[in-house]
Order: sequence, then structure tokens, then C-alpha cells
Amino acid sequence: MRVTVRLFARLRDLAGSGELIRDVEGPATVQSVWRGLVAEMPALGEYERTMSVAVNADYSRMSASVSDGDEVAFLPPVSGG
Amino acid sequence: MPLIDVAPGALDLPALTREVTGQRAGDGAVASFIGLVRDHNQGRRVSFLDYEAYQPLAVRALHRIVEEIRQAWPDTGVGVHHRTGRIEIGDASIIIVAVSPHRANAFAACRYMIERVKQIVPIWKHEHFEGGDVWLEGATADPDDESARQAAYRIACA
Repeated sequence: MRVTVRLFARLRDLAGSGELIRDVEGPATVQSVWRGLVAEMPALGEYERTMSVAVNADYSRMSASVSDGDEVAFLPPVSGG
Repeated sequence: MPLIDVAPGALDLPALTREVTGQRAGDGAVASFIGLVRDHNQGRRVSFLDYEAYQPLAVRALHRIVEEIRQAWPDTGVGVHHRTGRIEIGDASIIIVAVSPHRANAFAACRYMIERVKQIVPIWKHEHFEGGDVWLEGATADPDDESARQAAYRIACA
């Protein structure tokens, strides 16, 4: 199945793109999508402990399941205001 | 004008104030907060900030905070606009308006909003300073972190 990966701020800079299309093996979780990304781009791995994740623009957890067509986002610590 | 907005373009505090007060006609207290881009940060001379947002989730997170405010201070209305994109020194990045019958809840709701924005709204500052640029990183966003929410509440009521 196919998911859209969204990356923001420094994660986006590290990956060189804010939006990636990836094919993942089902059944998939946010965690398995993330593992695939880190295998591809090890520099992203430093964010594993501090980032937040979202599925279809709603906060989620690494253990959440991911379906075909979902948008999975990885968010560095926020600094708005 | 929406009570919640995350978008590029200059912010308009008088317009947002009219919007929130219009929905709370008869109330006696308005508290507002404006966040401006500072010319210095952590010893660096800042040139400008470029704000990035995960827009749909940022709007959703702001709605969540408005709901938290509605539960904590049921007599208080609030509006919040966060600007995105490049913002120059001295220009506003965020405006908040809280309206309530009396001042205590207006001040508290206004303060609570900015504290929660910094905790859970997916927006990032890309700081451009003399000699380089850096992404600022604050809190790991977790809207279900009750201790963070309570910390914001305590600050708001201090």
C-alpha cells in the first residue's frame, strides 16, 4: 500500500523534501513507516525520542495502524508563538 | 472573520477584537496578547523569522485549546490568529483576544492560550540570524499530556 509522508521544519530539511510517497508492507503502523524512513535516511533517527506523529492531520501514536492512502506526518518539537 | 486562523499575511488585532467582543456583547473585560518577532534570541542578532506550520493540524490543535478554555472558563470567549511565512522584526506572529464578564478570566484565558500554543500547536520558527539560520525546537507536542496542560493552567492562574 501507499502512504504520503509529511516532514516539517528540520526533519524536512534533513530529508530534502516535505512530502514523500512511500510504498509500505501491510499491515503497517506509524512505527513501521518511520523505520522505513530511517533506514533510507539515518540522519532522521535523532528525532525518534522527541518528535510527535500525526495520521491524516490528527495527532497519533507510533503504534497506530496506517491504511492505504493515509498521510503520516513526523513533527519535530514545536516552537510556535 | 474566523476566530481561529493559521495563515500568511499581516494580523489585525482590532478586527479580531471586534469579532470576539461581538460574540460576547455585554461583557466587561477584554485581554489581548500580541507576540512580535524579537531582534535577538539566545545571544544571536535575529534578522527575521520564517514560520512553518502543519496548517490543518495547527488549526485543529487551536480548536482543542479553545475547547479546553471553554471548559476551564465557561464564561470566556477567545480568538487566536497565528501568522506563517517570513515575518520581519517587530511584526506580529500571533494575536490572541479573550473576552469575559470580568478581568480575571479574560487574562487567564489569554495567558493559557499562548502557553498551550507553545506546547501543542505544530508551528516552527526558522530563525535567520547574522551568520546563519537555525530551526528552533521547544516542546514535544503531546495534547494528551495532562501534566503539561496543568502547568499551562497554573501559569494562567498565577
